[in-house]
Amino acid sequence: MIAEAGHYALVLALGLALIQSTIPLLGARLHDPALMSVARSSALAQLLFVGLSFIALVTLHITSDFSVVNVFENSHSLKPLIYKITGVWGNHEGSMLLWVSILALFGGLVAAFGSNLPLSLRARVLSVQAWVASAFYLFILMTSNPFLRIPNPPIEGRDLNPVLQDIGLAVHPPMLYLGYVGFSISFSFAIAALIEGRIDAAWARWVRPWTLVAWIFLTLGIAMGSYWAYYELGWGGWWFWDPVENASLMPWLAGTALLHSALVMEKRNALKVWTILLSILTFSLSLLGTFLVRSGVLTSVHAFATDPTRGVFILLILCVFIGGSLMLFAWRASALKQGGLFAPISREGALVLNNLFLTTACATVFIGTLYPLALEVVTGDKISVGAPFFNLTFAPLFVPLMIAVPFGPMLAWKRGDLLGAAQRLLAAGVVALVTLAVTWAWARGGSALAPLAIALAVFVVTGALIDLAERIGLFRNPFAVVLRRARGLPRSAWGTAFAHAGIGVALIGIVCETTWNSEYIGTMKEGDTTKIAGYELRMDGLTQREGPNYRELIASFAVSLDGQKLSEMTPSKRNFTTRGGMGTTEAALLSRGVSQLYISLGDPTPNGGIGVRVYHKPLVLLIWFGPVMMAFGGIFSLSDRRLRVGAPKPAKAVRGLQAAE
Amino acid sequence: MSTDKGPDMTRKQRRLTMIGCSLGVLALAAGLVLNALRDSIVFFSTPTMVSEQHILPGRRFRLGGLVQPGSLKRGDNLAITFEVADNNAKLPVAYKGILPDLFREGQGIVAEGALDAAGVFKADTVLAKHDETYMPKDVADALKKQGHWKDDYGAKAASDTVASQGTTAPGGVR
Repeated sequence: MIAEAGHYALVLALGLALIQSTIPLLGARLHDPALMSVARSSALAQLLFVGLSFIALVTLHITSDFSVVNVFENSHSLKPLIYKITGVWGNHEGSMLLWVSILALFGGLVAAFGSNLPLSLRARVLSVQAWVASAFYLFILMTSNPFLRIPNPPIEGRDLNPVLQDIGLAVHPPMLYLGYVGFSISFSFAIAALIEGRIDAAWARWVRPWTLVAWIFLTLGIAMGSYWAYYELGWGGWWFWDPVENASLMPWLAGTALLHSALVMEKRNALKVWTILLSILTFSLSLLGTFLVRSGVLTSVHAFATDPTRGVFILLILCVFIGGSLMLFAWRASALKQGGLFAPISREGALVLNNLFLTTACATVFIGTLYPLALEVVTGDKISVGAPFFNLTFAPLFVPLMIAVPFGPMLAWKRGDLLGAAQRLLAAGVVALVTLAVTWAWARGGSALAPLAIALAVFVVTGALIDLAERIGLFRNPFAVVLRRARGLPRSAWGTAFAHAGIGVALIGIVCETTWNSEYIGTMKEGDTTKIAGYELRMDGLTQREGPNYRELIASFAVSLDGQKLSEMTPSKRNFTTRGGMGTTEAALLSRGVSQLYISLGDPTPNGGIGVRVYHKPLVLLIWFGPVMMAFGGIFSLSDRRLRVGAPKPAKAVRGLQAAE
Repeated sequence: MSTDKGPDMTRKQRRLTMIGCSLGVLALAAGLVLNALRDSIVFFSTPTMVSEQHILPGRRFRLGGLVQPGSLKRGDNLAITFEVADNNAKLPVAYKGILPDLFREGQGIVAEGALDAAGVFKADTVLAKHDETYMPKDVADALKKQGHWKDDYGAKAASDTVASQGTTAPGGVR
């Protein structure tokens, strides 16, 4: 009953999406307010029905209704409740349903909070949003129906892939989708502007908060996914340049560029056509990511060819939306009034430079990800493009970008003073050089690259701090004045500083982890000890334990430093009987400040020992603190009243402060 | 960024500066990409291909095939040897470290490394996907070509595609 109701609700959502994709557009063309208002109610109703459909699937999973294929294949009655819920999107059908639900959620939010938008713009935006939604509803209903029944229901399910039975699945995919799908809003705004043939600074003011929301979630989603891979896969890697990861990195790079170009458009009414193009490209890359992950083309070109329905359907959606929007862009972009040009040395100029490097870096990731696929289709040769490729292309492009980051916020709009900015950044340069000397001396020779990279990161972080200090007049004014100025400083200035410092923080973590990571790999028996980075680990024995749907072998280690016992670490190997004896390795982590000790287990040996992998990863947590800081900066900016959805023109007071900078 | 030409910089000059900068960055990126594509890509081979083409010792490549049942030997200190086979040929592989969770005899794997002078493939990475039905893509395609394929694999691999990122698990030491 619930499955049928869920299916029916999804069909109704499709019907509503079809109405929403046509009637308001017609209304905007005929200047009929009644028809245009259909957009709002249909978007909200669509959200309601797809929401019901999603709740239906969650209910089926919670109640372990194995007469539904999706539940049978991905659930088990003994599975803990949290994984019954998260298992809903731990499979193809369910994750697509989550995708459209989030799409409808964003549409609903625009409908609910977009009352300050011009009626025709809102109608068109919601219509475009509904085109995307209709395509994906059709995809789900025709190729990936999560509500299919089994004629003879089995008693027990096949359980969820053990790797996915982790809290990471609860957080990572929804965050990532909120990011991916969130960019559909800027896409819809761009298409609506092209249809309307009119675009101005106000457009950027409406688009920027939505882009920022999507960017915050995508940033957190990628970071969360990386941390999940780090602790779950058991060998301490946190980024593999895997096509699936690249699929999420590309929209992030394009989205970051979009955030910055929309800023130029809002403040200076320039870069309009470019911003529109970036909006289209960012969402196109999100769609491409969905295609790469969902079509099975990565798992096997073969699986794609033998079961082409899904892959070809998404490929079709991809072609129609990307091709269609780019054609519309080519046709209509010339109709948009060009913005003014500006001096190369200015805030705008710096933001253009940022865009240039971000989009180029994005293009290299794109090539590295798709080249093997293209080569295989064309010549049949199989190659793999791995980390070395990206280290040789992506990294060199990021270096000049990082150098430029602290300069950007210090340059004034219109005409900046590069020399002045350089003078103000002198202190940051000095700090960076000192860091360089100290790390060099500490590392006693070795690769010069790591100290240089750390110096660069420190330059970025200090640069962000100096910018803040300059704005609030630290050291120049009495403390009370500083405090008042800090309070009066636009939140977006704080946001910028946090986000920029976040990149530097992440870079420090990345460099330290990859350069000074130490590892011990070997077999250990009860009573054996090993030393790593000054810590002493003693293996205290192996024990067996029964979990709800697995058995696990736990090894306990006593960790001590200079003879003082610190803690105990208990990595384990789980064996999921429900999944044909498939195993996972649960690594044990011990944080010391922002560094971590990491133990994961290999196979038991006949003499009662077990293979162990022990890592010491210096400053590794900074890799994820950085993105969290960036997201935090994003939230700060979002709370800026000038940026708040539908905020009126900035107040005089704020403007006065800005001029004082 | 270019030098500041002062307020009298004309529109044309500004435009040229922008275009020049963009072309510079694009040329830089194109150079980096071409250079990296020449040096850092790794080709995929099967034991049959290795026996047919003469691959020089020390040249890195990826080897894919099934772990020959009965060939797995564990030595001291996590040293492991096994054979990777396809229908027509076998190749001995040596590896030191911890194998991925899914490594089993009869299972398809992909190993990355190079041949040594004695013709043993010294692997420094052994890859497996975290799904019991998953067959690494290159292995599946190669086996299919040789007619050594159970139709089951493809269908299962398609239906079990894992939901989210981070599930490819290169096991072993980097």
